[in-house]
Parts: sequence; structure tokens; C-alpha cells
Amino acid sequence: MLLTTILFSVFLLSLITPLLSKWLKGFTGPFLSLVTGVLFFVLLSRIPLLQHGHSIREQMDWIPRLEIQWSLSLDALSLAFALLITGIGALILLYGGRYLAESPNLSRFYGLTLFFMLAMLGLVFADQLIVLFVFWELTSISSFLLIGYNHESKAAGKAALQALLVTTIGGLALLVGFIFIGFMTGSMTLSQMLTASLSEHPLYVPAFILIMLGVMTKSAQVPFHFWLPQAMQAPTPVSAYLHSATMVKAGIYLLARLYPVMGGTELWHFWVTLIGGITMVTGALLALPQTDLKKLLAYSTISALGILVTLLGIGSTLATKAAIVFLIVHSLYKASLFMVAGIIDHETGTRDVTKLSGLARFLPGTALAAILAGLSMSGFPPLLGFISKELMYDAKFQIPELCNCILIMGVIANLVNVTIAGIVAVRPFVGKPSETVPHHKAPFQLWFGPLLLGALGLFLGLFPLRLGEMLVAPAVSAVQAETTHIHLKLWHGINPVLLLSLLTVSLGVVVYFLRHAIRRFSRFFQVFDKLTPSRLYFQTIDALFFVARWHTRMIQHGNLRHYLMTIILVSTTFVGFRLFQLDTLPTDFNFLESRFYELVLGVLMLTAAVAVLISDSRLAAVVSIGVVGYGVALFFILDSAPDLAMTQIVVETLTVILFALVIYRLPQFKQISRKRVRIRDFIVASAFGAVMTTLVLKASAIQFHPSISEFFVEKSYTEAFGKNIVNVILVDFRALDTLGEITVLSVAAMGIFALMSTRKKKKDN
Amino acid sequence: MQSSLLTIAARHLHYLLLIFSVIVLLRGHNEPGGGFIGGLVASTAFILSAITGSAEKRQQRKLVPHHWIMTGLLVCLFSGFLPLLSGKPFLTSLWIHAKTDWFGAVHLGTPLLFDLGVYLTVIGVILLMVYTLFEDV
Repeated sequence: MLLTTILFSVFLLSLITPLLSKWLKGFTGPFLSLVTGVLFFVLLSRIPLLQHGHSIREQMDWIPRLEIQWSLSLDALSLAFALLITGIGALILLYGGRYLAESPNLSRFYGLTLFFMLAMLGLVFADQLIVLFVFWELTSISSFLLIGYNHESKAAGKAALQALLVTTIGGLALLVGFIFIGFMTGSMTLSQMLTASLSEHPLYVPAFILIMLGVMTKSAQVPFHFWLPQAMQAPTPVSAYLHSATMVKAGIYLLARLYPVMGGTELWHFWVTLIGGITMVTGALLALPQTDLKKLLAYSTISALGILVTLLGIGSTLATKAAIVFLIVHSLYKASLFMVAGIIDHETGTRDVTKLSGLARFLPGTALAAILAGLSMSGFPPLLGFISKELMYDAKFQIPELCNCILIMGVIANLVNVTIAGIVAVRPFVGKPSETVPHHKAPFQLWFGPLLLGALGLFLGLFPLRLGEMLVAPAVSAVQAETTHIHLKLWHGINPVLLLSLLTVSLGVVVYFLRHAIRRFSRFFQVFDKLTPSRLYFQTIDALFFVARWHTRMIQHGNLRHYLMTIILVSTTFVGFRLFQLDTLPTDFNFLESRFYELVLGVLMLTAAVAVLISDSRLAAVVSIGVVGYGVALFFILDSAPDLAMTQIVVETLTVILFALVIYRLPQFKQISRKRVRIRDFIVASAFGAVMTTLVLKASAIQFHPSISEFFVEKSYTEAFGKNIVNVILVDFRALDTLGEITVLSVAAMGIFALMSTRKKKKDN
Repeated sequence: MQSSLLTIAARHLHYLLLIFSVIVLLRGHNEPGGGFIGGLVASTAFILSAITGSAEKRQQRKLVPHHWIMTGLLVCLFSGFLPLLSGKPFLTSLWIHAKTDWFGAVHLGTPLLFDLGVYLTVIGVILLMVYTLFEDV
């Protein structure tokens, strides 16, 4: 039960963070980081068990009636993601604790980050599509809460909502897609559907589209990329963790996970590669003119996600290998660079690259981390980024049908990566110090994380063998469902791939020096701003609000009389229509058979009802209504329904009291409605009365279903030990209904209380 | 409009009505009555003393209607969750059958508990409505 235990302990940890922050104060961050670090090593120690396509499985009943199993599985692919989630998570907790030390809501940051970690781990552990979906949505929700961490900032709220709406719309599509997959493969459990070949199935295309919608929204693919730069409203630790290293990779994970089921078809190759290609170029081009450190990184993350999608679209063994390696490299350097951007922001107060230079002498540790990460990002040897880029080019060389255009797109994306690395990781640290310099040195907790990640990029670049054999190879086998051997190395000799690499780096450097010109040039393109998907999103939201307001004005107008009339008219129409269809009037109906006192009572009630209408004093009207009510109660007694009679009498009494209380606050009795309105009301009321009368008359004659009262009479005493059938029905046979009813009653009472309280407040003011 | 006759009568009627409401609640399973009617009767008892009592007295009320409602709903839920412990579906009734010297054969079960919850909720709901309207007068 290792996986469930891990999930549960992270969940528990996230719940008790408020307490922990109280006890441990400043040590909370290091402590949580330590615990998460332990999880990282626990997961790492499972590597030997996961070789050659082996996996760890756990299964429990969750919702047996719907055949939904709580099934988790850990194979090398999940492990690669889980290691990134826990490893980077540990560093982020350490970093965030220091970065947000002055924030009053720090414990919420810890709690939400851990909750996100739980969701993300659950997502990669899930072996059942519904379980996966639940965790998928949980990541969206925790991302929403974390982007809106500065909840008093309007921009943060807007960005959080945008991210939530975009990703959950994708999530809904995904749910339907999953159900389609369930239909096609006859199983919702991933490990049981590997062998099915689905491309011929009529549901394949819709399922593919729906799944892609989920992937594209989550992993910020064009045209849903716009939420990611907006999400930079989140505190930097959150951006580093969720929006570069982990959550946005959930879509990538899903693509890789579903490749054995859905992948390998022409549809897949074409569209997935195309979407990825467009995204990687768009992200790269949008990144160039940016001057904000985080925006630069955000757009380059979009580009990187595009690269990953492209590689999974190509889907060859080599491309998968390249994807897995790039996934690891990207998470290492991008998280590191985000943290570096955060340190710069924290220490100098600005993220504007044009204002930053010469920071190396003030922030040496940070500078080292930035350079290592930047070199890995631009793919210099001997860093892991170099190996990853070689693999990428190699994979793209080997696909004859798409080769040229994808290769060119790849070169563009990679050369922009070099440029961005220069702008983000080199430019702020070299040259003469500008006016904005740090006031003090960055504390250890801040630069330790990025430096460790940067160093890891170097270490793995120098010694890539173990990584390739132990993690990448089994992960690739998990995607390709075949055993592969992978021999990662730095030097392949002089070949086209190496030449392409050199070309990329030199072009990247050229673009770096042209960056000012590009920024000026990009201003000419602002005309196109009106056509962006982001704009479309805001227009849709505005339209939605417009419709909602209009609709509320129309239906929730607040006029009690019209509400009543709507209810009465609707029920009169529907009930009347149905009654009209059933033309059986009871035949055994005879006025003369009624007893004398019944007639007297009837006349009394009728008189009282007329008195209500013509009386010009409210009190008299209330009393007359009371007479009608008590008359009904008398009828109940006459027809031997003592329960109903008792209730009716007490309710009548209470109604009169309530009326008396309300009458106090009403204005003088006046004729306020015009004659036409009164005639209209008369017609409505008479129609309703006629329908109700017919209903009562017909109800006694028509039997739709065999009566259930026999059952109640029979079982009431034998099974429920009660002689009062009405009560037995209320508290035993139909107790759930009663529970619902009293809940509604309570809510209604609360509503009255709330209404009166707001009125009172208004009066007091 | 204070009438001393009404005030004195209300003081005694209050307890009489409350006792009556409990009787109605308890006998509900076999004879006319039950939690709903019992609750209504009990709330009339409270309303009666509210009408006759002074404003300060009303302020001193310890039993807030919200608490009645909350307790009532919780009691209902509790009686519903009890059977879950023995693996039966939500709201299944459980019974204890005992023979006592004084009352003869007694059947005690979760429906009684449920009815008690209904009783409390109804009192709370009515009182909440009436008190809110009262306070505004």
C-alpha cells in the first residue's frame, strides 16, 4: 500500500499545516521540505523494482456499484513524474517558506502546495481513468487557489479564474473522452486496456478530440495557451512549481500514458505533431519581445510544452526517448530559472530585464545557478540539455513524412531558447551594476534550490548512463509497450545533428544581440491583439455576464405578486392540460348524498372565502382565512384523518400568528391595483381553482399505478412496529424524504432570518 | 398591550403545552401524533410566552432557534448514520425490543430518534421565523 500511504500522508500533512506553522514557525518550510525529500528518496528507491516494464499495483474498492476501483500503479513513466513532483516540490517548499516569509498567509501556501502535490501524485499514480480524472480536476482547483494566493489583488483573481475556467472546460471534455475510451476498450483501468487497437472504432475520433482538448487546455497548447502567462500573477514559487515543472506537464503525461491505447494512428501523428509544432513556434515568437522575467519564462514554457507534444506526436521510440529526457531537463532548468527570477525580484524589487545588470557580484550563488540552468536550456555541452537537444533533432531527422517543416520549427524553438536563456540567465548578472541593485545578500534557502537543480543538470549531463538505463529506458518502454535499451551519451561524433546544434546556438546568439530591434519591431504587431484567443476569452466571459444579468432581471425581478402568478399559471397550464387529456369524470358523484353538517361546513367555508375577498380590513381577512383553514380541519376529522386535522389546526393557528406579526409592518389597507389588473387576477385565480377542483374530482377516479397503501398497511406494524401508518411512513418508510423536507424548512427559515437581518441593517444605517 | 390574565395563563400553559407536545411526539408511532405535530405544538408554547413576555425576557433567551435547527438536523442525521455502523443502508431502522415491568413490551428504535430530530427542527424553524418577525416589531 505504498502509493496510497504516500498520498494519504501528503494529504494529512497539507491538512495540519496551520498547526505546524504555529509550532515550528520559521522552521515549517525546512521541515515540510525534509518530509517531501524523504518521499522523493522512498520513490527513488523503487527504481530497481520498475525495470523491464514492471510496475507496482494497488487496488481497493471505491465505488463498487459503478465499478470504479481505487487502483493505482507506479511504473517508470509515473516514477519519472513523481520524482520531479516530490523533488522539485521539496525545494519549492524550502524556497517558498523564505520567499513568502513576510506574507500573512504563509501556512496557506504550504497547505495548498502540499495539496497540489497530493493531486499531482495521485494523477500520475492513477491507473483508473475516473481516479485520474478526479486528481486531474484537483490539480486545476489547487492551481486556481494558488494563482489567487494574493486574493486581494484583482488581477490575480482574474488570472486564477481564467486558468480555472480554461482548464476545467478541458477537464469536462476529458471526462467524456475517458468515458468513450471506456466504451471502446470495455475497461476504465489503464493497465487492462493496453492491447486494444481502437483506430477503427467509430468513437475513436470523438474520443481523440475530447482528450486532446483536455491535454491542450492543461498543457497550454495554442489556442489555449493564453492562461499560462496570465497565471504568472501567482507568487514565483508557485509559478516555478505548478506552471513550469509539474502541472502543465499533466497533459504531456496523459499523452504519454494514452499513447499505447490511442496513439500511433495517422490522426494522432498528424494533429498532435501539428498542434505541438504550432505551439512551440508561437510560444517562442511571443517570448522574444517580453521584458518581464516571468513572462519570458512563461512563454518559453509554452514553447517547451509544444516541443514535448510534438515529440509525443511523432511517437517513435527515439522521439519518446527525447521527450522523456527533455521533460526532465526542462523541469530542472525551468524551475531553477523561475526561482532565480524570484530571487532577483525579491532582492531588487523588479523583474524588468532592461533594468537589471551586474548582479553577479551581489548574488553569486544565484548567478551560478542561473548560468548552469541557462546553459542547460540553450543546450550547451556537457549539460543534460545538450543531450536532450541532440535526441530531439535525431528524432526529427528520422520521420520522413513530416521531417522538414517540423525540423525547421524545432530549430526556431530551440534558437529562441538560447536567446531567452541569454536574456534571463546571463544578461541580469553581467556588465556594470545598474541603479537597481540588491540591498542585501540572498539567503541560503533561496539560492540553494536553483543551484541544486542547475548542478543536477550538469551532473546528469556528465554521467547520463545511469539515468538512461534506470529511468528513461523503462519509461520509454511504458509508453511504447516494448523493451528498449538506452545509452545516453554526450559525444556522438561529428554528424548532421551536431552541426544543427551548432547552427541553433549561433543563430540563438545572433538573435540575442538583435533583441532590442525585435522588441521595437514587435510593436507593429499590436494591431493583432484584438484577434487573440485571450481577447476572445474575455469577450465570452463578458457576454456570459451580460446574459446572466439579463436573465436574472427577467426571472428574478423581485415582484412577489408576479412570482406567485408565474407559479400558478405554469401549474394551471400543465396540470390542466394533463387533466384535459384524461376525460374520465367520476360517475358515482352525488351532492345529495352528502351529510347535512358537511353542507353547513361547506357553506360556512365558502362564505368565509368570499369575506376574505370583499373585506377592507386586513385583520378581518386573516380571521376569515382562518375560518376556511379550521373548516378544512373539521373535514379531516369528519373523514377520520386525525393526524391531518391536528396538523391543520396547529398550522392554522401559527399562520394567524404569523399574519398578525406581518400586518404590523404593512402600510394602510388600500386599493392599489387597477380594475384591469383585478380582472386578470380574477381570471387566473378562477382558472387555478377550477383546475384544482377537477384535479381532486378526477384524482379519486383515476388510478395510474397499483396503490402502495396496501403495502404500508400490511408492513407498518409487522416491520416498523407502528400502528400509526402516517407516522411510520414519515419517519421510517420515507424517512429520507422527511430528512429532505426538514432541511428545506430549515433553509427557508434561515432565508427569512437573513432577509430580515439585512433589512434591519439597512434601517440601522 | 399586556394583560395580566393572559400573562399568568401563559406561564402555566407554557409548560402544559410543552408536556403535551412531548406526549404527542412519543405516542406518534401508534396513535395520531408525531414529531411534526409535536414540534408545532411546542413552538406554540414558546410563542405564547414570547407574546406575553417582556422584550428583555426575550433578549435573555438561551435557546437560540439556530441551535434547535442544528441539533434537530444532526439528530436526524445521526439516526441515519447509526445503521451504517452495522453495515446497513443509510436510515435503515434499528430496533431494541424489551419487556419492562412498568410499560409492558417496549419497542425502541432509530425512528423515534429520527422523530425527535424532526421535532427539534420544526421547533427551531417556527421559532426562527416568529422571533425574527417579532424582533422587528
